[in-house]
Amino acid sequence: MMAATVLAIVVQRNLFSVVVLAGVYSFLMATVLVALDAVDVAMTEASVGAGISTVLLLGALYLCGGEEAKPTPRAWLPLAVTLVIVGALVYGTHGLPAFSDPLAPIHTHVVPRYLGQALAETGVPNVVTAVLASYRGYDTLGETVVVFTAGIGVIALLRRLRRGKKEEE
Amino acid sequence: MTAFASHYSYWITVLLMAAGLYIMIARGNLVKKLIGLSIFQTSVYLLYIAPGKLIGGTAPIVSEAYKVYSNPLPHVLILTAIVVGIATLALGLAIVVRIREAYGSIEEDEIVAADAGRGDRQ
Amino acid sequence: MRREPVLRVVGKLLIPYMLVFALYVQFHGDFGPGGGFQAGVIAAAAIIFYALIFGLPAARRLVPEWLVETMVAAGAFLYLAVGFAGLALGGNFLDYFVLDRDPVAGQHRGIFWVELGVLITVSGVMLKIFYMFAGRQREG
Repeated sequence: MMAATVLAIVVQRNLFSVVVLAGVYSFLMATVLVALDAVDVAMTEASVGAGISTVLLLGALYLCGGEEAKPTPRAWLPLAVTLVIVGALVYGTHGLPAFSDPLAPIHTHVVPRYLGQALAETGVPNVVTAVLASYRGYDTLGETVVVFTAGIGVIALLRRLRRGKKEEE
Repeated sequence: MTAFASHYSYWITVLLMAAGLYIMIARGNLVKKLIGLSIFQTSVYLLYIAPGKLIGGTAPIVSEAYKVYSNPLPHVLILTAIVVGIATLALGLAIVVRIREAYGSIEEDEIVAADAGRGDRQ
Repeated sequence: MRREPVLRVVGKLLIPYMLVFALYVQFHGDFGPGGGFQAGVIAAAAIIFYALIFGLPAARRLVPEWLVETMVAAGAFLYLAVGFAGLALGGNFLDYFVLDRDPVAGQHRGIFWVELGVLITVSGVMLKIFYMFAGRQREG
């Protein structure tokens, strides 16, 4: 279903329907993430991807106009490049471990310690929150600063210096 | 065809990645390019989270009733990645709005032509 | 949209629940899925919903510009303050176990304040970006 949604996004030219389809795609991705036991990530993806992202895209569309031009006649070159990359990636995935393999390296290095000791060391049962806020708190500091920078960037780009706004107070 | 069942998640990831990449390089509309970027980013989330899942495991919230948990480490990475992704999208859209006001269009071909036509006039 | 009775009634019913849900997600993030980012986005979405139904000037009266801009910086500042508190009390930067006599309770305190900082910054930034996009007049 996600593949069908994405193909529809590729083909569609009316930007409003593209934005709605992108919201649908985000919701489907959130459902898949729940099926993969990633509940924190699914909640974030659903609220951010299907909520805020759609609102921002609609706001930008209102300010920009809603139709896309016809594709250029040289459209076979990007398609060829994409297919070559797909081939290379599929060849690469053969070396990756099988789905749900308990002996894969991702499960055997640091994670048993986190899962075993998170409750005892931090008193927080949700291991994802414990790792995010305590074990890897420095990364979360960086992420907060990134969000702050994005806010400042948007303020700097979209601020109007002349007092020409009409607002009814 | 055991390779199919065990690597299916990777192929879906590659398909979504290819679709996002194609939208980014083949379409000229700037807003659609940004949506393609966001699709590409979500395929990367799938790439990281799918290998963390253990069949028979549960969400990584420690409790008495469960013994097997799915891997929490990719969840942490992807949580950060999602927030950074939306920061990128917001900044990109702000730039697109300014481009629209400066050039009157958000199609890449028209913008390049307008730049070539203007020469070095600001 | 101010005149649509269905939207107004449903909005007035849902928005308080959305804000309470955001706070629930924030504080219950220790025991279930949740945490600062999700809660921040849900809180911002509640105010955006209010702005969509009742108009941007009404939302600007409810959550004024200076408050949102302060929130954007205050959350990151709070996070850094927790880090420096760890430094001042004897540990390394962002050490939580020095914040209380019992190291596990210190972890709880550290995580609480850090998630609160994240909530404030994320909801402030999302709301500010929405204000900037929605408040801009469409040109030509």
